[in-house]
Amino acid sequence: MANWIPLWVHKLSSPPNFYRFAGTLRPWALVLALLLGAVALYGGLVLAPADYQQGDAYRIIFIHVPCAWMGLFIYGVMAVASFISLVWRIKLAEVVAMESAPIGAAFTFITLVTGSLWGKPMWGTWWTWDARLTSELVLLFLYLGVIGLYHSFEDRRQGARAAAFLAIIGIINVPIVHFSVNWWNTLHQGSTVRILGPSKMSSEMLWPLLTMMVATKFYYIASLFGRVRTDLLSMESGKDWVRQIAAQESQR
Amino acid sequence: MSHAPLAPACAAVLRRDLTLAWRRRGDIAMPVLYALIVTTLFPFALGPEDALLQRIAGGAVLVTMLLAMLLALDAMFRSDIEDGSLEQLMLSPQPLALMMGMKILAHWITTALPLIIIAPLLAGMLHLPAAVMPVLIYALLLATPLLSLLGAVLVALTAGSRRSGMLLALMLLPLCVPVVIFAAGAVAAAQQGLPWLAPIAWLGAALAMALVLAPLACAAALRIALDA
Amino acid sequence: MSAFSWDSFIAMGGYAAYVWPAYAVFFFVLIADYLSPVLRRRRDLRELRARMARQSARAQRAPSSP
Repeated sequence: MANWIPLWVHKLSSPPNFYRFAGTLRPWALVLALLLGAVALYGGLVLAPADYQQGDAYRIIFIHVPCAWMGLFIYGVMAVASFISLVWRIKLAEVVAMESAPIGAAFTFITLVTGSLWGKPMWGTWWTWDARLTSELVLLFLYLGVIGLYHSFEDRRQGARAAAFLAIIGIINVPIVHFSVNWWNTLHQGSTVRILGPSKMSSEMLWPLLTMMVATKFYYIASLFGRVRTDLLSMESGKDWVRQIAAQESQR
Repeated sequence: MSHAPLAPACAAVLRRDLTLAWRRRGDIAMPVLYALIVTTLFPFALGPEDALLQRIAGGAVLVTMLLAMLLALDAMFRSDIEDGSLEQLMLSPQPLALMMGMKILAHWITTALPLIIIAPLLAGMLHLPAAVMPVLIYALLLATPLLSLLGAVLVALTAGSRRSGMLLALMLLPLCVPVVIFAAGAVAAAQQGLPWLAPIAWLGAALAMALVLAPLACAAALRIALDA
Repeated sequence: MSAFSWDSFIAMGGYAAYVWPAYAVFFFVLIADYLSPVLRRRRDLRELRARMARQSARAQRAPSSP
């Protein structure tokens, strides 16, 4: 019945087809990301009122929280793509998994830096061994491990497969780390400072946050497609379709 | 073609690795020496006050053990890859996961067991109360095999790569965070007179799971890393 | 907050030293992330074109060789 779906997926996963598909979709994703991002920033930085407890410092939330979500989301995407690449040996899935890793690491890095910039005025310290912060740091190390393993192989496909395996081990590890760090935090209570209790957000603060979340998703698509296109070109550099592209771009 | 039954094959792998390790006894002593040196440095860095050393003793010994094991981890399969015996093992009719399990066991016996034996000495140097010592040994008995198993999977993944030393540490860190937390948590709880059985039980559960899964993952990782 | 004023916007209620660096890091990292494949792609294509030029030069020099 719905026979065209696997057929379409199969066609799309061939490198030249995906290269063209990503090329047409990428500008749209980028434009949407920029538009939504601008709207969210306007809403967050200008329209939303200052927090009664934290003043204007809370405005870091509009990038901090979406980036934290993206760090986890991209790890999930990477693990799923890794699984697909190991089970069905689809080249495109390998490339998607390996090119997701630097983007996810970038988002996790932003989360850590903005978190500590937020923590300084609020907690009075750049860093505290809070459960969430520590989990985020471990997540960054997981990303770095995947990237490092990928680049330590001579053969790129072999490196991609090894790193994909590591990504899958990592996704099993993430909930374990979260659980153990939570337990550790209750064991050593008193060392953490918690001013930010669970608080309700007003809708004026919520909509810029959610808009920013959507914007970062679109940014991820745009960045991922750009990276995948580049990777496909260098992986298939002997093939005819890549030579044609190289010849076309030299004329311009 | 009749192939050797499983039990003698396992025993042969284990005996071979232990014999090889025994021929190079100096290498076995290295992690032990390393742990001794690191532990000696703590009082120099922190000052010789009993109370302070007592407070950090459990955690310091655990981290020292972890680093000493990490030092030896890198060499787990190296000589086997260089002389090609690992490839022979992969081609053999016996299940690779089981053979890997034997190799991990041999590695644990040669590196972790000597470390556990000197652990009371190290803890004593840092004035860990004698009453807490058994808990430290339990924690080490459960945590070190766990680290060996997790480490073996990562070493297998890096088997075909150019460099691995620092990379291995980077890859192992996220995996060993829960192990360190629970092992150190048990020691800390015992030191404060709190019940310490729960974290030990968690470690045991994790070890039981790793005993089953890690050799399989190790075999899969080796196949990925070595065949192109 | 009735009228929008640039000064109070920049001041961020006294937290400018934390809010603006956070946003700067956000944009800096993402722009770097976005540009790195563009640069890599340009370099790859340049290398490929050089290789193609070498190959065609060799083909012209010895057209009959196998």
